[in-house]
Amino acid sequence: MPKDSGIGASSKRREDVRFLTGRGKYTDDINLRGQAYVHFLRSDVAHGRINGIDTGEAAAMPGVVRIFTGADFEGVGGLPCGWQVTDRHGNPMQEPAHPILAQGKVRHVGDPIAAVVADSYAQARDAAEAIVLDIEELPAVIDMKAAVEGGPKVHDDLESNLCYDWGFVEENKDAVNAAFEAAAHVTTLELKNQRLVANPMEPRVAVGDYAPGTGDSTLYTTSQNPHVIRLLMGAFVLGIPEHKLRVVAPDVGGGFGSKIFHYAEEAFCTFAAKAIERPVKWTSSRSEAFMSDAHGRDHVTKIELALDADGMFQAIRTETFANMGAYLSTFAPSVPTWLHGTLMAGNYKTPLIYVNVKAVFTNTVPVDAYRGAGRPEATFQLERVIDKAAREMGIDPVELRRKNFITEFPYATPVAVEYDTGDYNATLDKALEVADVSGFEARRAASAAKGKWRGLGLNCYIEACGIAPSALVGQLGARAGLYESATVRVNATGGLVVMTGSHSHGQGHETAFPQVIAEMIGIDESMIEIVHGDTANSPMGMGTYGSRSLAVGGSAMVRATEKIINKAKKIAAHLLEASDADIELKDGQFSVAGTDKSVAWGDVTLAAYVPHNYPLEDLEPGLEETAFYDPSNFTYPAGTYICEVEVDPDTGKVSIERFTAADDFGNVVNPMIVEGQVHGGLAQGIGQALLESCVYDANGQILSASYMDYAMPRADDVPYYSVDHSCQTPCTHNPLGVKGCGEAGAIGSPPAVVNAVVDALQRNGKDVTHIDMPLSPARVWAAMNG
Amino acid sequence: MKMAAERDIAADPRVVWAALLDKDVLKACVPGCQEMTGSPEDGFEATVVQKVGPVKATFKGAVTLSDKVEGESLTLSGEGKGGAAGFAKGGAKVRLEPIETGTRLSYDVEANVGGKLAQLGSRIIDGFARKMADQFFQRFQETVEGPAEDAEDEAKESVEKKSWLKRLVKG
Repeated sequence: MPKDSGIGASSKRREDVRFLTGRGKYTDDINLRGQAYVHFLRSDVAHGRINGIDTGEAAAMPGVVRIFTGADFEGVGGLPCGWQVTDRHGNPMQEPAHPILAQGKVRHVGDPIAAVVADSYAQARDAAEAIVLDIEELPAVIDMKAAVEGGPKVHDDLESNLCYDWGFVEENKDAVNAAFEAAAHVTTLELKNQRLVANPMEPRVAVGDYAPGTGDSTLYTTSQNPHVIRLLMGAFVLGIPEHKLRVVAPDVGGGFGSKIFHYAEEAFCTFAAKAIERPVKWTSSRSEAFMSDAHGRDHVTKIELALDADGMFQAIRTETFANMGAYLSTFAPSVPTWLHGTLMAGNYKTPLIYVNVKAVFTNTVPVDAYRGAGRPEATFQLERVIDKAAREMGIDPVELRRKNFITEFPYATPVAVEYDTGDYNATLDKALEVADVSGFEARRAASAAKGKWRGLGLNCYIEACGIAPSALVGQLGARAGLYESATVRVNATGGLVVMTGSHSHGQGHETAFPQVIAEMIGIDESMIEIVHGDTANSPMGMGTYGSRSLAVGGSAMVRATEKIINKAKKIAAHLLEASDADIELKDGQFSVAGTDKSVAWGDVTLAAYVPHNYPLEDLEPGLEETAFYDPSNFTYPAGTYICEVEVDPDTGKVSIERFTAADDFGNVVNPMIVEGQVHGGLAQGIGQALLESCVYDANGQILSASYMDYAMPRADDVPYYSVDHSCQTPCTHNPLGVKGCGEAGAIGSPPAVVNAVVDALQRNGKDVTHIDMPLSPARVWAAMNG
Repeated sequence: MKMAAERDIAADPRVVWAALLDKDVLKACVPGCQEMTGSPEDGFEATVVQKVGPVKATFKGAVTLSDKVEGESLTLSGEGKGGAAGFAKGGAKVRLEPIETGTRLSYDVEANVGGKLAQLGSRIIDGFARKMADQFFQRFQETVEGPAEDAEDEAKESVEKKSWLKRLVKG
């Protein structure tokens, strides 16, 4: 019998009422009295020297308030990078300046050159057209290998275009090489993980406000982590102390990583509002989003897998080129390194692993975390090379995986992380069952009868989320801590408000978080309200990304609620004239163990705020607690995905016929929300596998910068999913036993789809071992027709 | 993008050469050209209105003539800035060679676009550039050869063209 409330119930998402009825309040819904509008004049060349910017005519145009250029930001900080990677030789990465508005050079199409602030958007745009730019176009470098082999330098003051050359684990390199020498079989695969654009439904928006009377600045922005923006922008860019700066991220229409980062437009609006003493608003157009939101992925990799004669994995060696774009976005350096290299063990007990990553500057939009961030790239190469090895060695791909599975926990991988728990055979067996793999032959024959080639592909993934111990990430180069905090405020009449540093932009925190507290206290979920997204209302927070909200933010909330319950028990003990050690809380009633004496939750909370009968000598009045939670490890969701495709041999068109996801997310608070998260992730992963690709031409022009050319997945591109999360090995180190579920779908699906397509071609006599994503009809047709 | 083609024009290479250097001819032949000023020596300034897919814009730019070998070959190159629409730039290497019926004009065109034109129009830009080049050289051919004899309703235009030819031949 499914529960109808509390942990494990599929409570309906309360926030959807406002989202689905047009009553959400997004940043673009915020309009302040007297606000001006900014239009950014952006570079339309990929690389150029700015010889002059003549704003004279533009400044005199109707409605123009002021035009800013890079010169206005001299002495102002640039956008900071939040993670420093140390290279193979112990040297820090090369870290270029990242000005708010271009200074001296433009380095990618979309690089902002000037900002026109006017009374209306139309006036700002018109005036921007009247700015006369003298930009000398320079040769651009787009290809990563050309960039490191002496192509034009993106940053004149850096030694080269190589941000870092990272080796992991460098000390293992010789042992890995020796294992390859001794291996019975080596499988090699070269592949690309193409550049993607996140494309949240809501484009980015920023509104800067300044109160001359108090000197307070406020930024309203589409952010996944308002506190981090406040810290980065206040301390490193504009020099505003945190107590004079408020950052609000109200309803946010999706982020997928692209709204983690601190962007130039946010700093600009805050800066300009003070400069002109008027609110300044910017709303990105979709075209601007394509050339100013951080992009994702863009790795080129060679992976080698060494096996013994029985198919046991001996060693893995990889070489990856990772595109950073023209500047370092906030967390960019961490993605191809600590979020990628640490996952190269996958679900397997490979004893020796060496990962080499060369991060490269090019004249393209900066690249940073996008749903999965490093882990999809790791899983894709690993699961593709395993499939290829299985075929080469004549071993069933299921059995090859199974025989190499890690089965004992905790398990310390050779790439620095320790998996606390898991059962990879359980999710594999469950996926094989739900996907009805035993019925595949009959379905294949039915497809063949209508002229279609059917293939089956699987993928076993693991990912690390809920980032993670602050002390560890500090050693790895993070310039921030990665705890989370929550304040639980109980009102006199028994309702609770939870102020959390986690930010909800589609995840359903407003529904799932109350379920946890309702379970702990035994009250109705509707008595609990979640407040987030405003630095003035929430305690310090590190925000929402990397599938960390419930595991880290939820744990902070649990800790704060435990403090509340402990104090409430003391108040109840006083009211019941008992010892607080004897007080039990169940179903919203405090009772004295072994008696029928009890007092209701609401009576205790009232006593806390109306302390007429209260132990004032021992206990402060009030019922409000804050907790900070710093996880002791990542959480490690894992699972098996199985994809069945039909390939049309005449056109190369791939159609996904069945898709099964068996995930182990540990304990599940709201199964419906978890299923929705998996569905969304699968759609994004299938989008990467079949449709999406960000394309640049050789001059650095971004060619796929609208929905005419950038193919987003649509409803008819995805199948009906079979999602199962009944296999549960609870996380051992957080109080809820939960893992993350937000990114798994996007991490696990691309290799399953590509494995299925390669399988379909192989079964029909085409010796195709790999096709780079997206598997468009043209690419599949070309691969099968040699 | 790159493309190459050739056309046979029923006129003497000397006439074709002179036409290539004439701003009025260029203005008449560049599709969407609103204005053309300047000289072959100093280069021309042009204003062109064009629609590429969803993007319509007024391009202002300079056209220069270089690598001139009298009566044989030259390079036309230009860059047009279309404001928010982005930019288009390109060049055409034009060669003339005498044939029995007049002149064989062959050209290699290279064109690049940037900004919004590239972002929105990349799928159609090749076709667009080919069409632009075709239209230019088609109009050029018509202008140099004069109107077809049965084109009576273009009488006024033909008078202008004839006068141009006359001026040229006499000059």
